[in-house]
Amino acid sequence: MLNLSKEKLVEMYRLMVKIRLFEEKVFELYAQNLVPGTIHLYTGQEAVAVGVCSALRKDDYITSTHRGHGHCIAKGADVKRVMAEILGKKTGYCKGKGGSMHIADFSIGMLGATAVVGAGIPIAAGAGLSIKLRGTDQVVACFFGDGASNQGTFHEGINMAAIWSLPVIFVCENNLYAMGTRQSMVMRIENIADRAAAYGIPGVVVDGNDVLAVYEATSKAAERARKGEGPTLIECKTYRHRGHSRVDPAKYRPREEVEAWLAKDPIKRFREKLLGLNVLTEAEIQQIDREVAAEIEEAVRYAMESPYPAPEEALEDVYA
Amino acid sequence: MRRITYREALREALREEMRRDPTVFLLGEDIGRYWGGAFKVTEGLAEEFGDERVRDTPISESAIIGVAVGAAITGMRPVAEIMFGDLTALAMDQIANQAAKLRYMFGGQVKVPLVIRTPFGGGVNIAAHHSQCLEAWFMHVPGLYVAVPSTPYDAKGLLKSAIRGNNPVIFCEHKLLYPFEGEVPEEDYTIPFGVADVKREGEDVTVVATLYMVHKALKAAETLAKEGISVEVVDPRTLTPLDKKTIVNSVKKTGRLVVVSEDCKTAGVTAEIAAIVAEEAIDYLDAPIRRVAEPDTPIPFSPPLEQYVIPDEKAIIRAVKEIA
Ligand SMILES: Cc1ncc(C[n+]2csc(CCOP(=O)(O)OP(=O)(O)O)c2C)c(N)n1
Ligand SMILES: [Mg+2]
Repeated sequence: MLNLSKEKLVEMYRLMVKIRLFEEKVFELYAQNLVPGTIHLYTGQEAVAVGVCSALRKDDYITSTHRGHGHCIAKGADVKRVMAEILGKKTGYCKGKGGSMHIADFSIGMLGATAVVGAGIPIAAGAGLSIKLRGTDQVVACFFGDGASNQGTFHEGINMAAIWSLPVIFVCENNLYAMGTRQSMVMRIENIADRAAAYGIPGVVVDGNDVLAVYEATSKAAERARKGEGPTLIECKTYRHRGHSRVDPAKYRPREEVEAWLAKDPIKRFREKLLGLNVLTEAEIQQIDREVAAEIEEAVRYAMESPYPAPEEALEDVYA
Repeated sequence: MRRITYREALREALREEMRRDPTVFLLGEDIGRYWGGAFKVTEGLAEEFGDERVRDTPISESAIIGVAVGAAITGMRPVAEIMFGDLTALAMDQIANQAAKLRYMFGGQVKVPLVIRTPFGGGVNIAAHHSQCLEAWFMHVPGLYVAVPSTPYDAKGLLKSAIRGNNPVIFCEHKLLYPFEGEVPEEDYTIPFGVADVKREGEDVTVVATLYMVHKALKAAETLAKEGISVEVVDPRTLTPLDKKTIVNSVKKTGRLVVVSEDCKTAGVTAEIAAIVAEEAIDYLDAPIRRVAEPDTPIPFSPPLEQYVIPDEKAIIRAVKEIA
């Protein structure tokens, strides 16, 4: 199986569970009115962030979106500080200035989440250009949704990355909907990866609920990018388990469709695979789940106990 | 009179204008039957008018406005929705270079009857990309009109005028106003652009405010009245064209001016209004003009930070007392 060590597989499983439990906790806190603003949960898409980030190096970059908690955690962010940011606390990654939609941790190559749909695409290309100009062998993974692929920035950013052979992996998380808008309402193609042909780069469709498939596709794209052969567009077919944001009941999705996707839960699938291949036992899995749950509880405690920023801090950080 | 919300007033204006004129149509992201608009303004309209006239679009702000411009110069009256005011930035070329300038560049041959509805404003903790008030950007572009309704009555009357008019209008709504209730007559009416409304009469200080700030100014006026300071609250209702006369006349009466707006102070709405009064009524001023606006920062997420940057009633009261 892809020659991945047990250690690596376990780490991937742990990260997926971490994202799932983190998001469920955010949802719970939101329901208790403890989270200001809005939230866009990553539940159901964990295999994408973890498959991609597990195939990257620590010094590689990612860019993220409004649905970004999972990207952060997969890249190695500290859940305590992610949670603190979501609660608007001074100890959060952005000192409470960013919130759920704008988390960044430059120390791990997480170049930040933008809430402007599609805005991260050219920014990722720019990080790729910088890598090329600085002559390192890093790569950038750029996360965005199916909806974002209809922005002009998608065309402009990917084309530029293509013509300059920039080391960027464009990861389209196609969860079939942009808010209430089904993919078929806004594009005549089924595979967004087909658009890669227009830029003369490889376009790959992968099962976004299969963490190993995502890992494999990303590894190939990263290898290509590091060799200077340019960008790849990877389309991960996936599904968000919850509504678009906070209280969206997602009534626009047919029940059978939701059920079919819930049956393809990426964590359940990976767990079964690991059990089937005797990588982990049921007891070990339960142990991991318990450890992660404790880590999330600790993150909540940390975030809740952290202070809010002082009001005047609003004036800081405008200019460097 | 019956009371309806700002949201319902906007929806009524859209519905009535669509019934009246078959060239009126709506386009925007998630405005149709599956969502009804992020703030539910267009809810139910796709059911009545069909998906052709209440058109869901891809997430493509630049093309939404570009397409609307194209339709507007060829006989239609599009009403585009940009889901958040901050995202007008993505469509800025189509708004500022195309919609605003086509008539002038082409020597008056063409009209651009286009309305762009969009919600501005903070107060709901959604941070720097979803909270700004950017009216001043559009005031800086000749060829655009800028409407800033603060009540359901104004929202409905101004939106109808915007749709019936022949110029591109940036129709600025405020997120916190959607559930706000007010009196709106059943019968058809319009409110002309360029006519301010004195929302409260007073003798001592003129406070000019727009959008949600009108309500904060009215509350401040209420408090100040108890302390013996009589405040006149003037709501311009449209920033372009701006009813200078009503503002200047009020200042001539009171001799004192406070301008309040929920945007950055530098080169903002308050700067323009203060400058006009300084130019046209300085001899009537008995005290320096005071501006209540946001410090020049993006809008932060965390509640205590956001509350700090968005002007509140207390800031208005302080400013009035400084010069009263
Ligand atoms: C430029 C821009 N337009 C509209 C929005 C409002 N909005 C936020 S998320 C979203 C849907 C995004 O869909 P997709 O890219 O598929 O990502 P998903 O939410 O499915 O993860 C929209 C329309 C925005 N934030 N930015
Ligand atoms: Mg999507």
